[in-house]
Amino acid sequence: MSEERSGASILVESLVKQGVEFVFGYPGGAVLPIYDALFGDERLRHILVRHEAGAAHAAEGYARSTGKPGIVLVTSGPGATNAITGIADAYMDSIPMVVITGQVPTALIGSDAFQEADTVGISRHCTKHNYLVKDPSELAAVIDEAFQIATTGRPGPVLIDIPKDVQIATAVWSDGPVQRHQRYSPRTEGTSEEIRRAVEMIAAAKAPIFYTGGGIINAGPRATALLREFQAKTGAPVTSTLMGLGAFPADHPDWLGMLGMHGTYEANMAMNQADLIICLGARFDDRVTGRLDAFSPNSEKIHVDIDRASVNKTVQVDLPIIGDCAIVLEQMLVEWSSRKPQDLTAWKSSVEEWRGRKSLAYPANPQAIMPQLAIERLYELTKHKDPVISTEVGQHQMWAAQYFPFFSPNKWLTSGGLGTMGYGLPAAIGAQCGNPDGLVIDIAGDASIQMNIQELGTATQYRLPVKVFILNNEWMGMVRQWQELTYESRYSNSYSDSLPDFVKLAEAYGWKGIRIENEAELDAGIQAMIDHPGPVIVDCLVHKETNCFPMIPSGAAHTDMILYGDSVAGTMDDEAKALV
Amino acid sequence: MMHIQHEAEERHVLTVTVDNEAGILAKIAGLFTARGYNIDSLTVADITDNHAVSRITIVTHGPRSQIDQIHAQLERLVPVHKVVDLTEVGPHVARELALVKVAGVGDKRVEALRIAEVFRARPVDTTTESFIFEMTGAPDKIDSFVALMRDLGLVEVGRTGIVAMARGPQEA
Repeated sequence: MSEERSGASILVESLVKQGVEFVFGYPGGAVLPIYDALFGDERLRHILVRHEAGAAHAAEGYARSTGKPGIVLVTSGPGATNAITGIADAYMDSIPMVVITGQVPTALIGSDAFQEADTVGISRHCTKHNYLVKDPSELAAVIDEAFQIATTGRPGPVLIDIPKDVQIATAVWSDGPVQRHQRYSPRTEGTSEEIRRAVEMIAAAKAPIFYTGGGIINAGPRATALLREFQAKTGAPVTSTLMGLGAFPADHPDWLGMLGMHGTYEANMAMNQADLIICLGARFDDRVTGRLDAFSPNSEKIHVDIDRASVNKTVQVDLPIIGDCAIVLEQMLVEWSSRKPQDLTAWKSSVEEWRGRKSLAYPANPQAIMPQLAIERLYELTKHKDPVISTEVGQHQMWAAQYFPFFSPNKWLTSGGLGTMGYGLPAAIGAQCGNPDGLVIDIAGDASIQMNIQELGTATQYRLPVKVFILNNEWMGMVRQWQELTYESRYSNSYSDSLPDFVKLAEAYGWKGIRIENEAELDAGIQAMIDHPGPVIVDCLVHKETNCFPMIPSGAAHTDMILYGDSVAGTMDDEAKALV
Repeated sequence: MMHIQHEAEERHVLTVTVDNEAGILAKIAGLFTARGYNIDSLTVADITDNHAVSRITIVTHGPRSQIDQIHAQLERLVPVHKVVDLTEVGPHVARELALVKVAGVGDKRVEALRIAEVFRARPVDTTTESFIFEMTGAPDKIDSFVALMRDLGLVEVGRTGIVAMARGPQEA
């Protein structure tokens, strides 16, 4: 069937054809024709956010928790610029997303028209690809390609800017397959020579370690299963980046916990002492490596990544394999066949020795709730519901990563690369849309939660029972911690003054509000949060000056971790201060 | 006290074949600025009958690892078909076109014309008191020519930046 349709109608039909369920958006002048086409169309569910940044983060949360692309629809000018932070976030963390932005009519582009911004220009370096569509006849092919680019290879956000006149003008629409020139085909398989070499290196290693990242999650649940299978054959211990948590079960005897700046002692020491690092879908980020010239000095390194630009970017590796983690793991399993690994007893006993340092131990405190304890109790009381956890950015995020164990992929949503405060609440809303019967909890801090607090209204409107669990220490805790460690406790602008009453705020939005003031109330408060069928804010007052340890200070090596009880100078030299 | 460290640098010539779509040049030039890479010269023109494909020649310099990153980052742009590091591939021809305006009378004018002949630069505009010379060649040859013209009434210089191609029968 083929007929003349408006650009707006072609867009809607194309989204339906792509299997889109939810569109996270906010209307405005330059997208009115699209909103009119959505009116009364029950095939797409539009979630009206309260700020366009919320739309982008909600789409990320939906995408990360379901494995499907998140869709954003915003107007021109401020609509697009407000969404940029979320788009940049998705770009850094490789989240599949298609962003539709309205644009002023073609004839007005470049004239500084009302609500005009150079959206394609502004988004150029935070999208995987972007388009300005100048004719409705191009729309179907552009949308088809945009979904392919967003979801294959290294996933990422793709933006389509559509001028208002192109939304109104008509073109021939056919519901058959879209005819277009295929130009994007990322490499997904390793060569047999690469696979053979990798397997030989792994089989010969006496101190191997798997260093896994978000690429395993992006490669789908099959990659997670294959990782577990391959690990069982090789016996190598496993650590993961922040983005990769959940790929390997946290109760496995070979699980080392997260590595990096706030990783465990055993994970960082094992990285430092390993003779072989098998990096799967991670990118040697500065938060992971610490001081580069001291990073894992004695190891050979295999790097499996679908993005060739991630290879040798910061750390030079011995064997790069460009490919999809699931496919490469499968190739390695076949090549491994019935080989036996080296005797890893000595290596594992070193690991046990490091584990014996109990780097996540923290002091008990009879006066105040320790934030770590709050996370542990939150886990204990919710684990039977297998919750999806999102976070904001800061100390609470690191505590969640350290003390909330994960066992499967797509349960952990956090802003890793960009580190965007305000991510967690909208991400939880998006995740709840994709998991309507699941328990979705945003672990938040008192400062971060205020960055997209307006999204409380979105959850109310769509009756989304998301839970926000605030670790309230009345500080921008991570900033305060760095000021304590680096600037002799000169707490410049890091105190959360004039905090709202979060319980009353919850109630004002039609949420339930719960305050937990001491340890005796902790379990009951968490239980009341779980039991309430609607959205809940828990304002959990925690010990105010607790720092997040272990920690590799900026400019230090994996072996120079600060653990609880270590005394710190409170100053750093300029080289260390200059690092992020 | 803290000082900024610098690494040893190499100069490389890259050719990039791209879909000739709106914004592609901004995308490539912007990639260089966004990631802190250097562009010494950049030339671009379409190379197919239907104007669908362009070839860009980029001269850049930087530490070895950065050159490798530039190659990878360019390759991952969707409209980019192919990136060839000609410096890496081996022997290649690199040529640049320059227009050089020289004004003068008497001996200087005669000398300018004589040197132009030596360099195989061709006058493409002539008045009684000036020439515009067109010359193509390796960039250092153009440098030498321009340097010689400086004493002979050099007015202005326009250069295209280089285009380059690997030697031998194969496509690089």
